[in-house]
Amino acid sequence: MTVLLIALGAAVGAPLRYLTDRAVQSRHGSAFPWGTLLVNVAGSLLLGVLVGWPADPAVSALLGTGFCGALTTYSTFSYETLRLTRSGHRLLALTNALGSVAAGLAAATAGYALARALTG
Amino acid sequence: MPEPFEPRTDPDVDLRVPADRRELTTRPATILATIAAGGMLGALARAGLQHVAPHPTTGFPWATFSINTSGCLLIGVLMAVLGHLDGGHPLARPFLGVGVLGGFTTFSTYAVDVQQALVAGAPGTALAYLAATVLGALVAVGLGDALTAGLLRRATR
Repeated sequence: MTVLLIALGAAVGAPLRYLTDRAVQSRHGSAFPWGTLLVNVAGSLLLGVLVGWPADPAVSALLGTGFCGALTTYSTFSYETLRLTRSGHRLLALTNALGSVAAGLAAATAGYALARALTG
Repeated sequence: MPEPFEPRTDPDVDLRVPADRRELTTRPATILATIAAGGMLGALARAGLQHVAPHPTTGFPWATFSINTSGCLLIGVLMAVLGHLDGGHPLARPFLGVGVLGGFTTFSTYAVDVQQALVAGAPGTALAYLAATVLGALVAVGLGDALTAGLLRRATR
């Protein structure tokens, strides 16, 4: 059951990352990877909420491990940082690395605190 | 005539690459189903590893650290191979890069594990994990890309 829920969540999360990335890029021509930053921050916020709630194991498998896990990505983030460095955008690469980590941590903290405040 | 696969910044989808721009309009169902299938495989592999190597809230998340760094090494390898093949099979990047490796690696678990270690009163572990993952990931992706590109150049010379 857990395996199916994880698979189902991931089957939605991974294509949603791709579609979000396309939508963001079609609106912004900049070299900075805003699409990946957006999915990573949104997924960290949602997972923070799920952990702070705390969610039922089935919800956690579906939305946490499956959906948030597949929506967010470390491989895309690191490859983008590498490519920015190689193409001479060193400041953008550094901003992406530090900014993603800081924004992801802030989002996880905000989600966790929000869930804790709501559930008392 | 083959179209350039490089230069790209984003391995998921880069709208500056002509083939990436077109792929969703020509066959949306195939592309999205391929990504979903890859994402399922990647996520299940991640969940399996996290299940066999759990960590206490105050402990170092070795499973997720290994998943993220190895996934970064592999995306470097994959993109170097696909670049060498001018993109390779049209579904290779959506399946392996966007799906499998995107589903395998995770940013949300990384962020929440750092935050949970802080909440549990283990700032040393939180900081070590935070720094080790981001540095390990960047070293891994650079190594994967450079070593693969070097080997492919030597093999074709």
